[in-house]
Amino acid sequence: MTDLPANGPAGSIPVHRPARSILETDARTRARNRAEARFRAYGLGALLAGLAFLAILLASILWNGLGAFTQTRLALPVELTESELDPEGTRDPAALAKVSTFGYEDLLEAAMARLVAEEGIATELEPGDLADLLSSGAAAQVRDAVLADPSLIGRTVTFDVLAASRVDGYVKGRVTRESLADDRNLSPAHLDVADALIADGDLTRGFNPAFVLGADASEKRPEAAGIGIAMLGSLYMMLVVLGLSLPIGVAASIYLEEFAPKNRFTDFIEVNIANLAAVPSIVFGILGLVAFIQFAGLPTSAPLVGGLVLTLMTLPTIIIVTRASLKAVPPSIRDAALGVGASRMQAVFHHVLPLAIPGIMTGTIIGMARALGETAPLLLIGMVGFVASNPPDGVLDGFVSPNSAMPAQIYEWAKRADPAFYERAWGGIIVLLVFLLLMNLAAVLVRRRFERRW
Amino acid sequence: MNDLRLFERAQAVDETKISAKGVNVHYGAAHALKDVSVEIGDRRVTAFIGPSGCGKSTFLRCLNRMNDTIPSARVTGRIELDGQDIYDPRVDPVQLRAKVGMVFQKPNPFPKSIYENVAYGPRIHGLARSRADMDAIVEKALRRAALWNEAKDRLNAPGTGLSGGQQQRLCIARAVATEPEVLLMDEPCSALDPIATAQVEELIDELRQNYSVVIVTHSMQQAARVSQRTAFFHLGHLVEYGETGQIFTNPRDPRTESYISGRIG
Repeated sequence: MTDLPANGPAGSIPVHRPARSILETDARTRARNRAEARFRAYGLGALLAGLAFLAILLASILWNGLGAFTQTRLALPVELTESELDPEGTRDPAALAKVSTFGYEDLLEAAMARLVAEEGIATELEPGDLADLLSSGAAAQVRDAVLADPSLIGRTVTFDVLAASRVDGYVKGRVTRESLADDRNLSPAHLDVADALIADGDLTRGFNPAFVLGADASEKRPEAAGIGIAMLGSLYMMLVVLGLSLPIGVAASIYLEEFAPKNRFTDFIEVNIANLAAVPSIVFGILGLVAFIQFAGLPTSAPLVGGLVLTLMTLPTIIIVTRASLKAVPPSIRDAALGVGASRMQAVFHHVLPLAIPGIMTGTIIGMARALGETAPLLLIGMVGFVASNPPDGVLDGFVSPNSAMPAQIYEWAKRADPAFYERAWGGIIVLLVFLLLMNLAAVLVRRRFERRW
Repeated sequence: MNDLRLFERAQAVDETKISAKGVNVHYGAAHALKDVSVEIGDRRVTAFIGPSGCGKSTFLRCLNRMNDTIPSARVTGRIELDGQDIYDPRVDPVQLRAKVGMVFQKPNPFPKSIYENVAYGPRIHGLARSRADMDAIVEKALRRAALWNEAKDRLNAPGTGLSGGQQQRLCIARAVATEPEVLLMDEPCSALDPIATAQVEELIDELRQNYSVVIVTHSMQQAARVSQRTAFFHLGHLVEYGETGQIFTNPRDPRTESYISGRIG
């Protein structure tokens, strides 16, 4: 029963196998064992190096970014003098609105001077200089409050106003007297006043919900910038991505995997889908610019367009993952369904698809997480940059009103000159990472929940 | 059932259920089945035997057009069920498969409950008008498959939790639940132990009362035990077809003789 000839050439090859006890290892075995030990050491080393870098990354993100979640504020009693704000005493909203934020600056300067005097702080700074301790948005904050409630006029109201970003940086340890030497906004003398205000409990550092919920602010007011509206933009984009890429991707996969004839054309499509998954995302941005904005005439900077672009980018991933999940369903299940007279559609939707759902869901969530972190395609459709955005007027308006996205907002902050924005960028990364972690957690949970248990 | 008194087996009136004439199957360039003509009788068990790759499973899958699901497969020739060509363009394979049920080599219950496994076919074909109807259909099918006594207390337990033999009987129950006229079995016992095999074989003998059964098997003993007629396939050809007793005791073709005596295959 063997092909070896009994006395042929193969039968006469000499075999060197010296007699040796199995209790002693020979040189070859020792060499092989050493190679294995080396390989294990490489693996462990790579793993530890990776973990070390991860730890460094997380530590530096938290170290740099946590500051963005707190903000320094000053409790400032402001006398809202009637002669300045409403000389005619009509309380007519139209008349009140005529007083610009410029008109409120004097009130703030006076309020600062009075506060410093009341606390008994000795300083050579003029009232106009003292107001530099405040955010340049403080006047607008007071004005908004007055316009909302004209009855405040004539009273002295304590406002919780944001401190200027340099003061905030001083409280957080980012700004020192030395670094202010060349600064045109603030002088060391300001910091002396700030120290005294801190000692008196007027200037305090507290949690800053506006960073998580608020809108971006201009270059002049890093202390007021928040990621909230960009988060809303990301949310709207994800809704578009989920609503389009999941049904289209799953339907396309089912068609390609279960119904399409296997020929050159479908092979060509298959190769192209695989390649699309590797196309640089900025190319999808150009496609979106041409197809959705220039051709279809959709508005720029709109989360709807961003979502469409990210849908294009996510579709190949979802199709590939879904097809793999469908392929992983044993063919015997299809045979069983067809064998009892189910149509192919019934076989797929009653038996194959339910078994593939955990894989599809996981792939979709991972694809969406990737889309959530994309910046490059948004560059070309006007969602990166200072998008002066307000909360949308309604649920549907959110799809078309100009907005940014979380990663685009982080990028925008990172490239601004003021170091206060640097802290904002790191804080934004923390928010983004929390979302990504939650989505990945959801993927794991979905997988556990829907996995076939029998 | 396990006796080998082959000649004494009563032959029913021989009505042809399936008639195949000049059937050829190609998988791409490979010619898998060459000019097979066979008449399969009603209410009897027909066994297809032969070495691996001889085309017996391919032929079986032609009988309910399961080969349609393989894109490269091409079937020519004529196969008639009750005198009607099953490859006629007007025939919907879905309807055909409701008439010609199939049991596969490896037990392949759906990952659903025992009840749902059996009820699936009747449900998609609209055989039950009410829940009570469906209960009756499921019970009847499980009784026919000799699984009722073991499964009646756990109809909602997953079908995949049964033992291998029980799973295969569940698959048989699932196949008979749609009231087919022909039952095709592709090596139904090859994944089972001898005890489960004996149960399934006994079942096949009983199913003969109602159905025309075609069974593909590697075991010549099994063919001898359960079938009335046997077809021997070799290298894509139908070498010999006849009464089981005659095939096993007095084969006409030397290749058949070599195979059943263990010299080839």
